[in-house]
Amino acid sequence: MVKLAEYRGKEIFRKYGIPLPRGHVATSANEARDLVAQGKVPLPCVIKAQVLSGGRGKGGAVQFAETPEEAGSRAGGILGQEFKGERVRQVLLEEKLPIAREFYVSLTLDRSRRLPLLMASASGGMEIETVPDEKILKIPIDPMVGLVSYQRREVAAALGLPPSANPSLDATLQALWRIFVMEDAELVEINPLALVGGALVALDSKVIIEDDALFRHPEYEKLTGDLTPLEAKAHEKGIAFVEIGGDIGVIANGAGITMATLDVLSQEGGAPGVFLDLGGTDDPKKVAEAFLLMSEAHPKVVFINIFGGVTRCDTVANGLVEAMRLAPPKFPLVARIRGNNEKEGVEILRKAGVGSFTSLAEAARQVVALERNGRNPGGPAPPSEAIPAPGGAS
Amino acid sequence: MSVLVGPETKVVVQGITGHQGTIHTRNMKSFGTEVVAGVTPGKGGSTVEGVPVFNSVQEAVRATGANATTIFVPAPFARDAFIEAVDAGIPLAAIITEHIPFHDMLSMLYYGRVHGTRIIGPNCPGVATPGPAKGSKIGIIPNMIFRPGRVGVISRSGTLTYEIVNSLSEAGIGQSTCIGLGGDPVPGTTFVEALEMFHNDPGTDAVVLVGEIGGVAEEEAADYIHSRFGKPAVAYIAGRSAPSGKRMGHAGAIISRGRGTAESKVEALTRAGVHVARFPYEIPDLVRQVLHGG
Repeated sequence: MVKLAEYRGKEIFRKYGIPLPRGHVATSANEARDLVAQGKVPLPCVIKAQVLSGGRGKGGAVQFAETPEEAGSRAGGILGQEFKGERVRQVLLEEKLPIAREFYVSLTLDRSRRLPLLMASASGGMEIETVPDEKILKIPIDPMVGLVSYQRREVAAALGLPPSANPSLDATLQALWRIFVMEDAELVEINPLALVGGALVALDSKVIIEDDALFRHPEYEKLTGDLTPLEAKAHEKGIAFVEIGGDIGVIANGAGITMATLDVLSQEGGAPGVFLDLGGTDDPKKVAEAFLLMSEAHPKVVFINIFGGVTRCDTVANGLVEAMRLAPPKFPLVARIRGNNEKEGVEILRKAGVGSFTSLAEAARQVVALERNGRNPGGPAPPSEAIPAPGGAS
Repeated sequence: MSVLVGPETKVVVQGITGHQGTIHTRNMKSFGTEVVAGVTPGKGGSTVEGVPVFNSVQEAVRATGANATTIFVPAPFARDAFIEAVDAGIPLAAIITEHIPFHDMLSMLYYGRVHGTRIIGPNCPGVATPGPAKGSKIGIIPNMIFRPGRVGVISRSGTLTYEIVNSLSEAGIGQSTCIGLGGDPVPGTTFVEALEMFHNDPGTDAVVLVGEIGGVAEEEAADYIHSRFGKPAVAYIAGRSAPSGKRMGHAGAIISRGRGTAESKVEALTRAGVHVARFPYEIPDLVRQVLHGG
């Protein structure tokens, strides 16, 4: 998913006609001061760090200023700082408006109904997750029909809007719908949507564009701030790679088998740290790239769990052996390779010095033992025999 | 008996001249499937794996009577390929293609519903019905894992499904039909819809449901099983150890805003009387228990 910073979301809002406070982006204290001094940003103004994480207000990433000098120094105080691990490179300066009320509106996908979902709440300005369900109006929208007028009236009633603000609400909701569809958004959110002198103004923006639709939107770059540096690197190479913090590396083929592998390792007391999904590939070069990426994550041990279905075990095994030659792994390997041409695959691995297990549980125990060895060079910890009760902690 | 595909299924392959299209046409045929036509615009008149290629689905249907399609067309063109199949009157489409935007999928789902075409997938392995003599499949599920029998399998996963079906076969438990729903957030067919099919299928005695984190499809399946489903069910949910907010390989496999956790799914299914396996390798024993009470 491509999460857009507030100012980029607002550029889209502007294009689709959603009213915004007057404002500008600055990348330095001087620029911030000048924008205000030249009257491009009216005073008093608000200065907001352009980072993707929420909770900016509480975190000091939103400041106020009464003079150009103050705007400059506040901007200078935010720029270059780290906010929840993300460096602040831009600030958005906007006029501070006299807000009468704050609302929440958004469009997203309702996976259960398999329909777009319009959400609106009179409790704006706070994280929507913290708003009780009964205070959120949810209207599924037919994708072929779009928003219709009675739905907009329902929203107006739920927000308790004065009738004078209805044209403003209609325009805003229509724009929200057009953005959702035309920009291939996963989420378009205005929080808060403020009532200012009888009209609505979008004070913040949250726009997430769907990765898979980027072929229609070359203007959005693929990478997002949500990926770790190593994940971003893998992403560029087209390898599905996820870091989750432990010290066992998992290489598997397919999302389901990968998750199942992590689950078994966790249950055996291991700490999976990174996983890599080979998908349907058995190309030695791809596998070698996978090994190289794995090395950079410094796992204590790597578990290769492959089910050869469409691809054959012997081809996968040959790919692994070739990859080990191209990129000698710096970690102990445990393999489990099952399915089509399994015997041949196991034999190829055995000759290359890699033992292969048939049982997932046994393989997982071996992996966890090696992980403990890696942690405590004193000796292996006994493999866990106990199997916790069903439905236990995960 | 079986659901969705069987001896009467005549398959057209959209994107037959591509690498995947060609390989899987061969595999479908060797499974016993009647692959009657392929479609690649501009390549009409040629043959692939002995299957005649047409320029349009309409031509293919007119010439061969095809009644199911397997779509291998790349994501940017998949929506149009599907609409073409619907307009040609095809009632069943397995969409193998990965990375179709969900906005496209919303309109495809709508179009399919209005015109009576069921979608399996996208981003799925398809559907397979093994047969003692001839099997039938639309999609890419490996042939060698199956054994004909009376257990239905429904899954959001690919390789994990292959592994589970394989373990059932090794344990002597055959399958009626295996349906791969796919790992996307907007699937054309849900667990509940697939369960309804197995509910009505006299050839299915029990089902295995392979779910994963993300969304609420498993919870909805649990509700359906509890209130309507008349056959025993075994389930496995992948992703118990998955952290929140990370996409676990599948576009749809993400715990977002606290929703879609494995705990919630396991609990809902258990409450509905489903036997939930902690690990995939426990499934054959659980199936044996629900079938024979032992």
